[in-house]
Amino acid sequence: MTTHSDVEQARLTYALRLGDNALVLGQRLIELVAHHPELEEELANANISLDFIGQARLFYSCAGELEGRGRTEDDFAFLRDDGEFQNLLLLELPNGHFGDTIVRQVLFDSFYVLQLEALVSCTDAGIAEIAARAIKEVRYHLRHVSQWLIRLGDGTDESHARVSQSLLDLWRYTGEMFSGDLVDDCLRDACNGPDLARIQEQWHDNVSALLKEATLDMPEDGWMISGGRQGVHTEHMGFLIAQLQHEQRACPGASW
Amino acid sequence: MTEKNWPLYEVFIRSKSGLSHRHAGSIHATDDQMALDNARDTYTRRNEGVSIWVVRSSQIVASDPAEFAAFFEPAKDKIYRHPTFYDIPEDVGNM
Amino acid sequence: MYTQGLDQAGSKPRRRDGLETDAQLAAFQARIDADEKIEAKDWMPEAYRRTLVRQISQHAHSEIIGMQPEGNWLTRAPTLRRKAILLAKVQDEAGHGLYLYSAAETLGVSRDQMVRDLLDGKAKYSSIFNYPTLTWADIGAIGWLVDGAAIMNQIPLCRCSFGPYARAMVRVCKEESFHQRQGYEIMLTLVRGNAKQKAMAQDAINRWWWPSLMMFGPNDEDSPHSAQSMKWKIKRFSNDALRQKFIDATVPQAEFLGLKMPDDKLEFDEQTGHYRFGEINWQEFYDVLAGNGPCNRQRMATRQQAQADGAWVREAASVYAEKQAARNAA
Repeated sequence: MTTHSDVEQARLTYALRLGDNALVLGQRLIELVAHHPELEEELANANISLDFIGQARLFYSCAGELEGRGRTEDDFAFLRDDGEFQNLLLLELPNGHFGDTIVRQVLFDSFYVLQLEALVSCTDAGIAEIAARAIKEVRYHLRHVSQWLIRLGDGTDESHARVSQSLLDLWRYTGEMFSGDLVDDCLRDACNGPDLARIQEQWHDNVSALLKEATLDMPEDGWMISGGRQGVHTEHMGFLIAQLQHEQRACPGASW
Repeated sequence: MTEKNWPLYEVFIRSKSGLSHRHAGSIHATDDQMALDNARDTYTRRNEGVSIWVVRSSQIVASDPAEFAAFFEPAKDKIYRHPTFYDIPEDVGNM
Repeated sequence: MYTQGLDQAGSKPRRRDGLETDAQLAAFQARIDADEKIEAKDWMPEAYRRTLVRQISQHAHSEIIGMQPEGNWLTRAPTLRRKAILLAKVQDEAGHGLYLYSAAETLGVSRDQMVRDLLDGKAKYSSIFNYPTLTWADIGAIGWLVDGAAIMNQIPLCRCSFGPYARAMVRVCKEESFHQRQGYEIMLTLVRGNAKQKAMAQDAINRWWWPSLMMFGPNDEDSPHSAQSMKWKIKRFSNDALRQKFIDATVPQAEFLGLKMPDDKLEFDEQTGHYRFGEINWQEFYDVLAGNGPCNRQRMATRQQAQADGAWVREAASVYAEKQAARNAA
């Protein structure tokens, strides 16, 4: 049976997970600054990264209010250990080449757009409000990276081969987006939150249509890796967190 | 691999509805959709626009500065096209 | 910003093109003297065109290389707010590089050619970006001192005689107005922080003060091509005049922070109303400009790597566009 405090806890955890997804992906994208294939793409990527960092700040502040213990956005970002982060594993993977980055972004944004659309009508006003704002940003991101996937898939033999491999490599991380736990169930049932089964169907249809346009084969759903919701990460996460938190850990308690 | 230069596009921005599009600068892109995205990401980062036009620079037809005199100077002496050319007594009021 | 080395590095003797008559040159100078703007398709002396291509492209290269030292702290910025601000600033630098390349392109040289010149080591960029960012305070010092020096240099360029350059600089200066302030705010927060943070702030000034003074270029007597640039109104103030202006503006700001510039000879001269300062180590300046600064090789290697890594992507986009065009034509 779901009690009031279970629902409260679920909302808090859900807000944190949204913040973690946004921060971890934003952090990865920031690593690419000054490494893009063309100058215009530097500007595009910086815009996308800024959107994600902005969303992380909003979701963390929302989590801080839900928790009611005075923790700030920076406390959540910089003073939790990697095991406390509950982002999707897909997002913490190293950037790889440009095709890997685009494929990761397409797979996630295709999911995130649907998740945010559903969250707009969530009964948690704080989360719903941020979702309504973020959805505009993420729709643009999805369009931008989808165009790139089409160019790469339908470009040269080399680019086609590269992104085909990216898809195969990253596909096993997609199942985790749809394998919800009690927090997802609780948000769906008690707060009119996203229905992951329905999102999965739509995601499958949308991604399949996009891949077709990009002349790419959709990989088979095989074994899927998960663990993000439990705080069990890839080996890459520790390094990401170490860099992220470097200054706050080196100089504890300071203001910046 | 021989690299092809990405074509140059000119970017025009309408800063708010009611105003004309104005030339903002240029960007490089391989296709029109990319050109629009790149223009958006480069020239509207500070909320500078509500509408964007992009056009391939090679598609713009421009007047030749060498023909400046023949092209523009004849318009200079047609002063009767301007309202201040005419003397209307002050008593008539605003016209 | 960052047009310091320009009037000497790579400057060739002025070529009197057979097609350039004295009458044309005089008419051109008359336009400049009348404060008319020169536009890309207007007649101009070949030397004017070449000077501009060199100056604008070096300026653009500096913006692009300049993304690296600050980019070095993006993943480690100490708060999410600081991270977002720093990213927005580094993004501006990419944008400014883009505006400037566009301005140079109006003179008939392609961006790809300019980028190749940079990667081949033929083109220069500002010496300042060959210094390392070792602590978070360096991000404050760069914003405050490096961007402060850059703004001193850049504001007069908004009135430069070449229209596309002047217009690009207007946009750049407008966007950069927050860069120096965010840097100073970082320094303020550090000096009001704990002992470790204060020491970090002083250390950053110790390392960045002299290189930022070098950003204005050699002393006027060692800057032989400045006179021509001033006559053409590409350059509006001399290197030494701008440097003095920067020092006069910045030293009181350091005092407010409670920090000390690393110059024992620095003192206010009541009579002139200006600060007197010590000798700049010009040997260091020329060494760094010649490629022997702490980070020259690293900066270039990073740029070359990015360019090489992106080749298949740029090619794929071009090929896709050709395919689409063929499909649309069919």
